[in-house]
Amino acid sequence: MKNDKVNTKTIKVDYLARVEGEGALYVKIKGNTVTDVKFKIFEPPRFFEAFLRGRSFCEAPDITARICGICPVAYQMSSSHAMEDAFGIRVDGQLRALRRLLYCGEWIESHALHVYLLHAPDFFGYDDAIQMAKDYPDIVQRGLQLKKTGNEVVILIGGREIHPINVRVGGFYKALTKQELNSLTEKLKRARDIALEAVSWTAKFDYPDFEQDYEFVALRHPDEYPFNEGKLISNKGLDIFVHEYDNHFIEEQVAYTNALHSKLKERGAYFVGPLARFNLNFDRLSPLAKEAAHSAGLSPVCRNPFKSIIVRSVEMVYACDEALRIIGQYEKPEIPAIPFQPTAGTGYGCTEAPRGILYHRYRVDDNGRILDAKIVPPTSQNQKTIENDLWQFIPKYLDLPSEELKYDCEKAIRNYDPCISCATHFLKFNIDRE
Amino acid sequence: MVQKRKPKLAVWKFASCDGCQLTILDCEDELLTLTDKVDISVFLEASRTVKKGPYDISLAEGSITTQHDAERIKKIRKVSKLLIGLGACASAGGIQSLRNFTNVKDFISAVYPSPEYIETLDTSTPFSRHVHVDYELQGCPINKHQLLDVISAFLHGRKPNTTSYSVCIECKRRGNVCVMVAHGIPCMGPVTHAGCSALCPTYNRGCYGCYGPKETPNTASLSNWFKRLGVNEADLVRYFRSYYGNSEHFYKESKVHMKKRS
Repeated sequence: MKNDKVNTKTIKVDYLARVEGEGALYVKIKGNTVTDVKFKIFEPPRFFEAFLRGRSFCEAPDITARICGICPVAYQMSSSHAMEDAFGIRVDGQLRALRRLLYCGEWIESHALHVYLLHAPDFFGYDDAIQMAKDYPDIVQRGLQLKKTGNEVVILIGGREIHPINVRVGGFYKALTKQELNSLTEKLKRARDIALEAVSWTAKFDYPDFEQDYEFVALRHPDEYPFNEGKLISNKGLDIFVHEYDNHFIEEQVAYTNALHSKLKERGAYFVGPLARFNLNFDRLSPLAKEAAHSAGLSPVCRNPFKSIIVRSVEMVYACDEALRIIGQYEKPEIPAIPFQPTAGTGYGCTEAPRGILYHRYRVDDNGRILDAKIVPPTSQNQKTIENDLWQFIPKYLDLPSEELKYDCEKAIRNYDPCISCATHFLKFNIDRE
Repeated sequence: MVQKRKPKLAVWKFASCDGCQLTILDCEDELLTLTDKVDISVFLEASRTVKKGPYDISLAEGSITTQHDAERIKKIRKVSKLLIGLGACASAGGIQSLRNFTNVKDFISAVYPSPEYIETLDTSTPFSRHVHVDYELQGCPINKHQLLDVISAFLHGRKPNTTSYSVCIECKRRGNVCVMVAHGIPCMGPVTHAGCSALCPTYNRGCYGCYGPKETPNTASLSNWFKRLGVNEADLVRYFRSYYGNSEHFYKESKVHMKKRS
């Protein structure tokens, strides 16, 4: 028998809090069925890909860093690698190690920001970490200290924590001395202890029983946990070189959201970021990071996105470990950058930003002028998966009071540490309000 | 005993990279002290709490690029005793003001497959084009020590301690060898506002002007120096059109070289 009186309710979050950039959520529920989910982005477009045209190759690391204040190193790494690919040069040895160390710093500061200040309050029901600090001062202080160490790595190698100035195509403007790097050692050891605590702390959180059959996509390197290089692989058969990205991934305009969704041509939505890296590269973690994961009851394949907070903590242990390994083996390179002549061509770069793969493609002329640019940030790649999660998640919790359900939906989004400022592709939405 | 009300602080975002508001969270040693002194009433990047205005201090980052945001900054102005603009976007339109030099419609169709969905203004402009701004903190990104000083200054009713001289002064203080004189590297330092502690020359590169123009910069003279170092007119346009390309002095200088470009 048909029930004529169907309960309709909508969940609206006009401004998503504790994410970078401006986004909103709109969910419509009829009876027991979710009829609409819109992860809305109203961040105004900033047109980076357009105004990069005509600029010099050497400006790409500085300009693209301005896409995001949270992960500028990721933009500097992807753009530098893409340009080096175009010019046929390879940055190796200690210069490569120094880049990896810089990336360790960004992972530590960005993950610590998310774990302690943005995400953890969700598991305790606080509006923010400042409130949480009233009850758990030591934990928040330790999180800030961990974050500060990550920033100190970026400051030393990059010059400053937001929009570093030392990165260039071919290497660095200035190579650091062994002694300078040694100043980080004790701090990183302390940070590694805090990160280990973070793993056991987050392992005790109460996690919703929510698992999906995701396609995880991450870089895969023959010997290392991936930062700057590798092939793009997935748990469902993807195995390609970075320059093949455009053959396999597309950006689609979806009618009901007016937003560009990144999809795998063959299969649709996919999942990038710490959980994907962890699942696809567990064997490349350091012994200590592996052990920490195991003791937290975490092993691949983890399909619960809420547990990404534990995975981020494991990655912080790894990043501290890796930073200490690099510093231990470091010798100052003879030159800070590899010399080269710009040549006309197309270059591809993909690196692992804290939130997942960040793809850059540039076409340049003989003078190194940029003819066109394509940039696909991790958040635009996760967008469809975030929406899919909400479609699946909400029906399980329909009996919750609206306010609680709303909070839970926000949590489900924050699992991805979305960075909406990064998402240069996003369009302005036509918001459907009832 | 009557407790004194904590001043209410709000943090707002417009078109930007989030970096300037992240600077608040990057004050790792001072953050909890700061939250003791002020009531953080709106700061969406960090908190779900949204308290109603009026606010004693509003810190706002980003530039105005949509009609909606042009209205929003007016509303924020109305409920804020003090409005402080953070960074290059807020005080000059930021890197996204590069659209101001071209037809924005070409930009839209270069990036988006269905340009008709894009709602955007033709320009990216600073807050000061739309409302009265009490104070602007320069930099892309801003310097966190300056930010703390500015907040502290307004809490105590004093003037902020930011200086208006050029990066050159900071460079000399650090004891750097001048990269332009000694190594022939073009450096925007002489016309650029101090605040970064002369980072780029310290790392063996020329300043690229991310703190914007200093007070009364002699941009024409610097351009002549750059030309002697082999910088052509097209490159001079690029130097002046970046993070502060829409600021008065840099804008004018870039126009001079735009005309001379072959």
